[in-house]
Amino acid sequence: MTQSIVVQVGQCGNQVGCRFWDLALREHAHVNKKGIYDEALSSFFRNVDTRRNDGEGSDIAGGKIRCLKARAVLIDMEEGVVNEILQGPLRDVFDSTQLITDVSGSGNNWAVGHKMYGSAYREQIVERLRKAAEHCDCLQCFFLIHSMGGGTGSGLGSCVLNLLEEEFPDVCRFVTAVYPSAEDDVITSPYNSVLAMQELTEHADCVLPVENQSLVDIVNKIKHMAHTGKPGSVIKKDSTVISGQGGVSKSEKPFDAMNNIVANLLLNLTSSARFEGSLNMDLNEITMNLVPFPRLHYLVSSLTPLYTLADVSIPTRRLDQMFTDAFSKDHQLIRADPKNSLYLACALMVRGNVQVSDLRRNIERLKPSLPFISWNQEGWKTGLCSVPPVGHSHSLLALANNTCVKPTFIDLKDRFMRLYKKKAHLHHYLHVEGMEQGCFTEALSSLSSLIEEYSQLDATKNLLVPDAPRMNIAT
Amino acid sequence: MSIVTVQLGQCGNQVGQELFDVISNDTHDAQRYKPSALGKAYHVCSQERFLHESITGELSARAVLIDMEPKVITQTMATAAKSGRWKYGDQSFFCQKQGSGNNWANGFCVHGPRHEEAVGELVRREVERCDRLAGILTLMSVAGGTGSGVGTYITQCLRDAYPHSFLLNQLTWPYGTGEVIVQNYNSVLTLSHLYQCSDAILVHENDTVHRICAQLMNIKHISFSDVNKVIAHQLGSVLQPAHTAHTHSQYSRNPMGELMAGLVCHPEYRLLSVCSVPQMPSSSLAYSTFTWPGLLKPLRQMLITSTKMEEGIDWQVRAPPVGQGAAQKLSGFNTSLANLLILRGKDVSSANACGFLDPALYCPWLPAGGAFSTWRSQLPFNRYEKSATLVSNSQSLLRPLDHMVGKAWNMFASRAYVHQYTKFGITEEDFLDSFTCLEQVISSYKHL
Repeated sequence: MTQSIVVQVGQCGNQVGCRFWDLALREHAHVNKKGIYDEALSSFFRNVDTRRNDGEGSDIAGGKIRCLKARAVLIDMEEGVVNEILQGPLRDVFDSTQLITDVSGSGNNWAVGHKMYGSAYREQIVERLRKAAEHCDCLQCFFLIHSMGGGTGSGLGSCVLNLLEEEFPDVCRFVTAVYPSAEDDVITSPYNSVLAMQELTEHADCVLPVENQSLVDIVNKIKHMAHTGKPGSVIKKDSTVISGQGGVSKSEKPFDAMNNIVANLLLNLTSSARFEGSLNMDLNEITMNLVPFPRLHYLVSSLTPLYTLADVSIPTRRLDQMFTDAFSKDHQLIRADPKNSLYLACALMVRGNVQVSDLRRNIERLKPSLPFISWNQEGWKTGLCSVPPVGHSHSLLALANNTCVKPTFIDLKDRFMRLYKKKAHLHHYLHVEGMEQGCFTEALSSLSSLIEEYSQLDATKNLLVPDAPRMNIAT
Repeated sequence: MSIVTVQLGQCGNQVGQELFDVISNDTHDAQRYKPSALGKAYHVCSQERFLHESITGELSARAVLIDMEPKVITQTMATAAKSGRWKYGDQSFFCQKQGSGNNWANGFCVHGPRHEEAVGELVRREVERCDRLAGILTLMSVAGGTGSGVGTYITQCLRDAYPHSFLLNQLTWPYGTGEVIVQNYNSVLTLSHLYQCSDAILVHENDTVHRICAQLMNIKHISFSDVNKVIAHQLGSVLQPAHTAHTHSQYSRNPMGELMAGLVCHPEYRLLSVCSVPQMPSSSLAYSTFTWPGLLKPLRQMLITSTKMEEGIDWQVRAPPVGQGAAQKLSGFNTSLANLLILRGKDVSSANACGFLDPALYCPWLPAGGAFSTWRSQLPFNRYEKSATLVSNSQSLLRPLDHMVGKAWNMFASRAYVHQYTKFGITEEDFLDSFTCLEQVISSYKHL
């Protein structure tokens, strides 16, 4: 079994990360009733004997769970969020050797995060990462979580991404990036996002973009449903993708509902690598199947069902509905419409009581309504994991490499241009050592060419592309 | 003579476990067969072929389990142990921590060479346990990374290590859609390489088997285990003891060799397909009776129409009159190079297989009579009172192979996913070589 390390950077990254650890513990507690430290647990947690007095405890292989430590590195350039975590109910899964904090923050400035803190904390970050890696016997993946809008998350987060590539070139890098909404209160967020985008495009193996607005919409939808109070539509409390019920955190903080969605995304993404199933889907299979061209590695994700009704008599229609919903506009974690764009590839990661025939039936049913690129008309990858998420009998995570991410990028570019044309706030960035105007133009052209690449593929949609001429064999 | 089975990847290991299950159950049932001398002989022969007995009397499969990640192997070994009749050797598995990630190049260029020695050692140990080695059977899929990539590399190594042994590769071809996106690349690379080193390639298509599960076995929610059971049934009925033309009173001592000799007479044609009749839910077996003509007539029509299932057979297609060139062949007619019919069950000696001897079924350049062979066994197989399995070297795999290569070629034309392979050392030229090899195979079968 392989292990993965979560690197959470900035306020948003740490808050999402915190929810992830809570729900991960909840999930494993649900599956692992005997309290044995098993292979599944080992992928994200160490089992540590804390009585040993060498600072960080020593790993115990197998046996009873002693003290679980998250395979995580927490980075923030202010202390608030990390301190809150350390005083909260999750304090025991982290220790001081996993943290890096500063006091003054990055002031919503990518350059401060990336250039200033990046060089100041470089050694320390690498040391923390190495330490975390040493505890793994087969490190497969880094999950980097950060926002795109702020200074620390986008700046230092993308700097960490570069460090990961330098130090661990063979370990897969997944980035969960939270994109700002159009009406974001951080005025410089377009700058930060575009500057960070260049790093993500060039150095990540796979990016899972998540948009704040989409998370808000999903939360509202579930809350609305929960409050209609119709008999027969009572929602099981712990089953919604926004619920943290059953976790160790008792009080709910403002962004918890939204962050739980992202946490569930990561849990479902890794479930097939952690638990058994009749068709395993390892993490390295995700990039292999979904990334046909190295730069086009932005995957749009959707989680269904959003909740399970308390009524247990589930007709099979509900199962098919789960597949249908996964492709609808309002279940995507970014504001995008995959059905009306072009699919390069699509993965269905199913959990729970679902058979291969259910999968096949639904693929056959949905295929006609989904446009796929000419050379990948059968671009489906599927995984079946037998362990369902807490509160559900089955669930689905759909990952799409789809040109529908383009509008989000175009929108970002427009907002960037509005500021950049007037050179607004530019001096805050150029003050920082190592930051030049060239960084802006480079990042902009990187984004433009990414958009262009998607456009070129988009242009082939609805065209009848003839089969490529085959080789002829003389007889 | 004994067969050593090498199970590779998730698919190969799961199919292998079902295969040994079918065989051990069938062998167990044979002990109750009357007259008991016959049953005993069958039991002894089958046991020698697939299992070995430890000092404590436990039966272990003559098999090696290989995967690049531990989950499937753990599960497979546990399931086998639960059967109570047989198990896998405690030491006869090899696994690593991280899978090949559906990447043929990762399996072939990285994992294969890295673990060549350890795997070779495991196989050698298993081979040395055999008094006489009939051959090596490898089970793998062509879609994933471990089965296909590592499997191909290991097959090459086995060819080097056992140059005079028979090497039969059983391949599971993926569903047309929905398993692995790069499956066509992986399949092209696997097949083209195996074509150089394997003696014969026996193919099961998931789509076909899935249809058998749905329409003949009446399974509503089909799981991979159901699919694998059908594959195992067909494989088992080929590999279990039978009397061949050369061994009238005894069971064949050289099953692999006779299979190859009968079916693979030309190195350009190594693709074998299988179909069995009847196939039905075990609950219906008790209420069904069969006659040999009632089984063999549809089977012959299945052969000439290239239908893998006893349902939806086109009865209009007929063999063309002998002497017409290939150009006049009717469309939809499936020309064979060679066929092997395996009959098992009651009154097997009365079964008349001369329908398969018709020279019109075969390509004209082989001597008549050499193209068809029959194996027989009086014992019922896998609780079917009578059953017939046909292994065929014919055009029936032409269409799926052509599809596979066509789709891979389309993808290759836009160079999609190629960077994932070049990362591990497979060049674009390697791809082109593989395409060339398979286009050649397609062309050869087309012009049978």
